[in-house]
Amino acid sequence: MLALLTNVNTLILATEEGGQAAEALSDGGTLASLAWLIPVVPMVAAFAIVFFGKRMPYKGWDIAIAVMGFEALYGTLLLLSHISSPIAKDFSVEIAKIGNMPIEWGWSVDGLSIMMYFVVGVVGFLVFVYAKGYMEGDVRFTWFFASFTLFAGGMLVLVSAPNFIQLIVGWELVGVASWLLIGHYWEEHENSSAAIKAFITNKVADVGLFVGAIMISMSVGSFRFSDVMHAIEGGAAEAPVLAQFAFWGGLALFIGAMGKSAQFPLHVWLPDAMAGPTPVSALMHAATMVTAGIYLIGRMFPLYAVEGFADEVRWVIIIVGALTLFLTGLIALVQDDIKKVLAYSTLSQLGYMMAAMGAGAYTAGLFHLFTHAFFKALLFLGAGSVIHSVHSNNMSDMGGLRKKMPQTFWTFVIGSAALAGIFPLAGFWSKDEILASFEYAGGHYTTAQGGAALGTAVLWIAIAGAFVTAFYMTRTVWLTFFGTYKGEAHPHESPKIMTYPLVGLAIGAAFFGLINMPGITEVFTDLVGGRAFAGFHDLEHHADGLNLVLAFVGTLAAGLGIYLGWRIWGPDRATQAERDTFRVNGLYPVLENKYYIDDFYMDGVIRPIRGPMARAVNWFNGHVLDFIVNGAGLLAKAVGRLVYWFDQRGLDAAINASGAATGAGGGALRLLQTGKVQQYAILIFAATVILVAGLVIWF
Amino acid sequence: MMISQFIIVGAALFSLGVYGVLTRRNAVLVLLSVELMLAAVNINFVAFDVYVNDQIAGGQIFSLFIIAVAAAEVGIGLAIVLLIFRNRHSANVDELDLMKL
Repeated sequence: MLALLTNVNTLILATEEGGQAAEALSDGGTLASLAWLIPVVPMVAAFAIVFFGKRMPYKGWDIAIAVMGFEALYGTLLLLSHISSPIAKDFSVEIAKIGNMPIEWGWSVDGLSIMMYFVVGVVGFLVFVYAKGYMEGDVRFTWFFASFTLFAGGMLVLVSAPNFIQLIVGWELVGVASWLLIGHYWEEHENSSAAIKAFITNKVADVGLFVGAIMISMSVGSFRFSDVMHAIEGGAAEAPVLAQFAFWGGLALFIGAMGKSAQFPLHVWLPDAMAGPTPVSALMHAATMVTAGIYLIGRMFPLYAVEGFADEVRWVIIIVGALTLFLTGLIALVQDDIKKVLAYSTLSQLGYMMAAMGAGAYTAGLFHLFTHAFFKALLFLGAGSVIHSVHSNNMSDMGGLRKKMPQTFWTFVIGSAALAGIFPLAGFWSKDEILASFEYAGGHYTTAQGGAALGTAVLWIAIAGAFVTAFYMTRTVWLTFFGTYKGEAHPHESPKIMTYPLVGLAIGAAFFGLINMPGITEVFTDLVGGRAFAGFHDLEHHADGLNLVLAFVGTLAAGLGIYLGWRIWGPDRATQAERDTFRVNGLYPVLENKYYIDDFYMDGVIRPIRGPMARAVNWFNGHVLDFIVNGAGLLAKAVGRLVYWFDQRGLDAAINASGAATGAGGGALRLLQTGKVQQYAILIFAATVILVAGLVIWF
Repeated sequence: MMISQFIIVGAALFSLGVYGVLTRRNAVLVLLSVELMLAAVNINFVAFDVYVNDQIAGGQIFSLFIIAVAAAEVGIGLAIVLLIFRNRHSANVDELDLMKL
């Protein structure tokens, strides 16, 4: 299969002539050429829900679920079609021009985007089903589904983009929709602050995306990814301009990815994004938004992989990823809010993905994205189901729910085990591949520059991360489902519309790891490797077989985490204080305060800027704006006076004069109207005589 | 052919008619003066017709039309005068100022 693909790729390289000629492993036929429906349908539907949603029998949910069902179906069809014969084709429609660079709208159908269509469609569909039950009775039910559809649609615009411009459009649509959704319960100030925080943090990172996109596309002379890839295919010697700008451009793009994928230290927005309704958290952390950064790095992978371009940026990526995966994992240990535990866990897993990308393991990073989408959506929906029943986010109000919510419990346990990387669930396979990629990086990754030490260090950090993951998930499961119930509400199992999606996702979390067992099944490797780039498979490292030592070490770390977690939180304690007895002095306050990063941003960045800026704005307002406004007022007054004078003296006089003239004229002419026939006759004769005399004199 | 004597007669007759229309008070005499003016016009028509030697004798035919129309006009005019006299016991045009607003 691999050899065949490489052959086909070479063939395409020969026939491909840049520009409009789309490179194709196979063009995908009608299914691919109609794929423009994937981003367009949800965007249209989002507006349809706004305008017509309230008149529908299910208040707009019916439109949303129909759209997501369509996305899931289309994604699955494309996926199956891609597996039987790999598709890679970009479609583009020109809509404008900057100089001689066309701005295009298009849709990309290749392995990477098909994988994303599938994940967004299927996970999105299940989350939308669940959201119906979760949001029941919400005041802004219809509006919620409109923004939710916009959110999914924005992500699909992003992943279908075959050029930088559309990517940025999708990127910002996702940002706007996330702002709407995180601030859904805006009545509480905290929630709208969280929405603004997410938006602004992303905006800071977006500067990087813009700069990177401009640098890369300007040095290639095209916004198209296919042209960028084509330039990279030729090697650094063939594309000197791109090679020159690639490092800084690639670094800037990575900063953009750090924002959306919430990498340390731009991760601060993501835990606060828990302010949104739980289905939003589920979709945001699984299939959309946070995967965008990983997707961007994956889309630009050859830029980071081919020597002479941005390959040195991978140093930054792997270090940032490793920091994220470990540091944020530790914070998850001290959180009481169940959604925040999961949020920090997401950050940690995103760190894994990013670090894998940095280690050059394209497949491993995306595979973890894929499996993570299923089990993290599952965990969030499970947490939502618990929250729905106990009316609290805090684990100190939960406990003992195992018997009362059996379906939620079992699916949550499957999700947790998958996240912890227990054989043979999905997380085991993807995490193992990532560990293997770090080991490989340790051996082969720019050894001359000390890469071996870095790779090995990251490998140990990742193993420690696996331990921490298992540790906090055990804590979560124990505090939530075991022991005695400590809250005030009456917990009950959630309705079927909420538990069925849990079961669906649990199946994915349990079995989707099996599609990419190293050396046995290579479905996923072939799927995401189906890219229009000659020799793509040689760029990344992919393990040929299961590394038994690493698998053992990883599982051992996870097992140790579970054991320790069970030992510490297993015994049920009555009071919160007793539960919290497990505290490491010195470390606990640091974790509790999230390494003081938020405080640093607030006190070190925002406040010093905010004060002077507020004063400057006040001065500007008082002096410049008021001056302009007052001046405009005075001017208007003067003009008004002038107009009044002209009206009174000029216009009125003219009108009165014309009236008087008409009256006087009438009075004078009235005298002629005697009624005497002979006088009229005299006038007629006199006039005739005068006229005739005039004529005679004239000629 | 000399034409000036005909024009002089016509002009004199027309002037007489104008004088009569403007000065006579009796409506019947006013009508009569109008007839004089029409006669003057007829004389001019016939004279110029002969003078230019018109092949289809347009001037003469036109004067026949005028005579016919004048007859009708006098018929209607006298009828109006008769009715006015019956109503107001006077045929004096000075007193007929109902056309004044």
